[in-house]
Amino acid sequence: MTQTIIWTVAILSVLGLLLALILFWVARKFKVEEDPRIDEVEKVMPGANCGGCGFAGCRAFADAAVKAPNLDNQYCPVGGDEVMQKVASILGFTVAAKAPQVAVVRCNGSCANRPRVNEYDGVRSCRVKAALYSGDTGCSYGCLGCGDCAAACQFGALSMDPQTGLPVVDEQKCTACGACVKACPKHIIELRNKGPRGMREFVSCVNKDKGPVARKACAAACIGCALCQKTCQHGAITVTDNVAYIDFTKCKLCRECEAVCPTGAIHGVNFPKELDKEAVKKRIADRKAKAAEAAKAAEAPGLARNDAPKQAAAAPAAEPETKKKEVANG
Amino acid sequence: MGGVHPHDSKFARERAIEELPLPQTVYVSMAQHLGAPAKPVVAVGDSVKVGQVIAEPGGFISAFVHSPASGTVKGIAPRKDLAGNPVMHIEIAVEGDEWDPAIDRTPDLVTAIPEDKAAILDRIKACGVVGLGGATFPAHVKLNPAPGKVAECLILNGAECEPFLTSDYRIMIERPKEIVVGAAIMQKVLGGCKCVIGIEENKPEAIAAMSAAVSELGYAGMTVQPLKKRYPQGGEKQLIDAVMRRQVKSGGLPIDVGAVVQNVGTSLAVYEAVQKNKPLITNVLTITGNEMPADRQHNYLFRIGVPLSYIAEYAGGVPDNAAKLVSGGPMMGKAIANLDAATVKGSSSILYLTDAFTRRKAESSCIRCGKCADACPMGLEPFLLNRLYKAADLDALEQNAAQDCIECGCCLYSCPAYIPLLDNIRQAKGQVMGVIRARAAAAKAAAEAAKK
Amino acid sequence: MDKKYIVSPSPHIHADISTTSIMRDVIIALCPALLVSVLAYGWAELLVILVSVASCVLLEWAVTRWMLKKPSTVGDLSAVVTGLLLAMNLPSSIPLWIVFIGAVVAICVAKLPFGGIGQNVFNPAITGRVFLLVSFPAQMTDWTPTSGFIKLTDAVSGATPLSVLKEQLKSGHSIPDYLQATGQTFESLMQDIGGSAGEISAIALLLGFVYLLIRRVVKPWIPLAVLGTMALVAAIFHGINPDQYTGPLFNLVTGGAMLGALFMATDYVTSPMSTWGGVIYGVGIGLIAMMIRYFGSYPEGMSFAILLMNCAVPLINMWFHQKKYGRA
Repeated sequence: MTQTIIWTVAILSVLGLLLALILFWVARKFKVEEDPRIDEVEKVMPGANCGGCGFAGCRAFADAAVKAPNLDNQYCPVGGDEVMQKVASILGFTVAAKAPQVAVVRCNGSCANRPRVNEYDGVRSCRVKAALYSGDTGCSYGCLGCGDCAAACQFGALSMDPQTGLPVVDEQKCTACGACVKACPKHIIELRNKGPRGMREFVSCVNKDKGPVARKACAAACIGCALCQKTCQHGAITVTDNVAYIDFTKCKLCRECEAVCPTGAIHGVNFPKELDKEAVKKRIADRKAKAAEAAKAAEAPGLARNDAPKQAAAAPAAEPETKKKEVANG
Repeated sequence: MGGVHPHDSKFARERAIEELPLPQTVYVSMAQHLGAPAKPVVAVGDSVKVGQVIAEPGGFISAFVHSPASGTVKGIAPRKDLAGNPVMHIEIAVEGDEWDPAIDRTPDLVTAIPEDKAAILDRIKACGVVGLGGATFPAHVKLNPAPGKVAECLILNGAECEPFLTSDYRIMIERPKEIVVGAAIMQKVLGGCKCVIGIEENKPEAIAAMSAAVSELGYAGMTVQPLKKRYPQGGEKQLIDAVMRRQVKSGGLPIDVGAVVQNVGTSLAVYEAVQKNKPLITNVLTITGNEMPADRQHNYLFRIGVPLSYIAEYAGGVPDNAAKLVSGGPMMGKAIANLDAATVKGSSSILYLTDAFTRRKAESSCIRCGKCADACPMGLEPFLLNRLYKAADLDALEQNAAQDCIECGCCLYSCPAYIPLLDNIRQAKGQVMGVIRARAAAAKAAAEAAKK
Repeated sequence: MDKKYIVSPSPHIHADISTTSIMRDVIIALCPALLVSVLAYGWAELLVILVSVASCVLLEWAVTRWMLKKPSTVGDLSAVVTGLLLAMNLPSSIPLWIVFIGAVVAICVAKLPFGGIGQNVFNPAITGRVFLLVSFPAQMTDWTPTSGFIKLTDAVSGATPLSVLKEQLKSGHSIPDYLQATGQTFESLMQDIGGSAGEISAIALLLGFVYLLIRRVVKPWIPLAVLGTMALVAAIFHGINPDQYTGPLFNLVTGGAMLGALFMATDYVTSPMSTWGGVIYGVGIGLIAMMIRYFGSYPEGMSFAILLMNCAVPLINMWFHQKKYGRA
């Protein structure tokens, strides 16, 4: 009995020792030399492996960052500036701060706004549906409502609203990794700057049909009337292919476009106060009247020659002030 | 290998072809064929005659488009196709029915075949003939094999294996001689290869009519071969296998095994183009359904560009019990999302299916019965491809030949758990094809770079 | 278009087939054998069948509904099939609470934890049976015939032919000796087959299987491979030493060979999907079953053979694929 135990212990010990030696030798022999900074960088990464940066995962990002001459072409949308600063300090680079972004769904074709004209009976997948036809509403550009974006989101930031049939972004959870942007076959979702305190303006429609056609399909469609473009004082709005687009780098959040939009296709979110459309419209009308007066004055020969340039110079100077007030007033 | 046996439901088989009158407006699509869309060559306000060229090919694989009616061009603008997607259309307001004088409209059969091959090909191209079997591939491209490739056998596809459809059957019954002359023309263009006309066994009248025409006209090397009734017997690759006992390699073309496959409808179009100088402006379309009274089913000779809704109205309107409208057969046809869409060269039917007949049942778990794999005519394993697609494993999808899928629908048809296999595999195929194309392009670029 | 028409990808029609219709066909195919067993063993057998089916269905419904909180899959009738197959593997004299335990193992251990229908690795009915066999060996091998409605068998011994012979061989007798001593022949042994419901009538089972073949529910390759292998192995061994080893026909019609080959090995979920994979799987079952019968301590090996080969199915599926068009 004792002998059996001794033998067992001995054999197992020897076996263990042998295997350990083999492991040790293999580890030595096949060791891959890696830049230790890769590990360091990986440590500060969020570790979501979402692929939002365009690399296969956080380690691939770290590997590329270590090898790259600078960090201009790399950005971790999940970690944002904080993480990028850490990465930069490890690698001795400098990075410029980037505004935080958020996914924005540019379609407001809810069940109420956009009546269904046929019944889809295939697999519940936007990709499949988009490949098959224009969708079960009259709008061939809008959200298909099968939730590919929500399925693509790793952070649980997107969900389908059963009431409207549209995806809803949870801004707290959204990391702007861009997975939903890639997943949407209709290219409805866009990454936009979050804006000060989350305030932003955007056109919630991508319908390129002509006004009447778009309107017939959806009550909330952008009809390409360009009223917003004419109203915007900052050149932030362009209308191409019958649909308006607000450049978030130029938008000053004055909400005038939102007030003039006849279909309510322009949305402002996270503003502390509700938009008083009439007040804003009145403001625009006053400004126009003033401009018309000024133009008249300029037309009158000789009389206002000296005043005109002054007015022109004064106008832009006055603007930021009103802007600030507007933002404050909301 | 594989295949399924749906009920053939050819209820409209006894209905003779009727000519459909012209509506007030026709809309001619610029994307009626496989390949690049055609480019309009008329302007708004131009008056056009029947058979006049109104658009020219937009690339190597593309086709001429002709006016199906005489009248005035009212507009050249995007219009929704049957899937609801905007496609460039030429709108023509119909005035009278004045034909291009160069077209021979007599019913006389012309059996003497022109000698010059290049001239025949030119005529086929100029008349905008495309394959009418479903893919609408430009006929002149297919009939002009790349240098070094030799066609041994022209296979004329009269299988019409899709249930319900009877347009090919009707032309084989009513115009067998023209089809045979068309086949002889294509034989000549291909360098005098033999020709096999394949027809499914469930159409003995068509087999008899075509056999009689073949023996009467006496062209060399032409035979009629009855085929087993099985879907998709009329699939290009399946037909080559059935007739020649050869299989086209994955990614290859039929010509690689010496085969050229054309539909009987295409053969008729070739006849009309070459012998009568008539461009492809008409085709035959079946109106049928699974619960339609016999007198409401029709086979119409229609002008290409007539709206589907016009045909439906002419035939007595959409039946009340129709829940799904399909253009094409029930296995591979497209559901019509927009009935106002115009007919195109490849339109072959309007199919009215009832709710109980066509609605998909709720999906349940795969029970691994393997029926999809048994049914797949390409020998693929749809259950596996479906799983790999969900796992987004593109490498494995390619290894398991997702790109070989012919989208025949047998897998979904035979799945007892109603799993949307083809819906997903079609996507998988697209993704794998994208990878293959990207790789080929990269290899080409690398080879060119190496040359320099 | 005012009416909302349906739009979907092709195909727009579907074969007249569903999981439920397949299971219904299997149930119909089992009917002849069930009928024979009820006639032979009477009310007791009927009770075993009813309890088995009812337990399986109830358990499946209760577990999916209350524990997994998923839509119930009772409607597909797969639980009924499991219940029937389990019952056919049990002696009619078995206490009903044991039947219930068998159902618990089949549904709550072998089937649902793996993900329910289509996901289970092991055939639920066989898992249930094997569990009972190793847990309650006395009750599971007590083949005292209960009184039937008609007298199909003269057997009073209450043992199956396979177990009778096994006992004899174990105690050192040879088969001819035993037959001579008791004045029996193989033929009479086969006629006097005692055993579980599924074992007593090969003809009824075959009849049901032919129905499945006609309905194209199953293909014959797996059963052919199983039975062919068993016959071949038996022929070889019997040829070498008839004293020690029983012959091919005897092996095919006794024990669970028919039931196993025709209805258990052909279970979709736990068998390979390709034709050649199925053949390999069948050959494996045949070999293992015969090895157990000849050399193991159990008289019968079908259940173990099938369970063992179930393990190999994923591997077989990996190696054997359908022949693809246009690829060598």
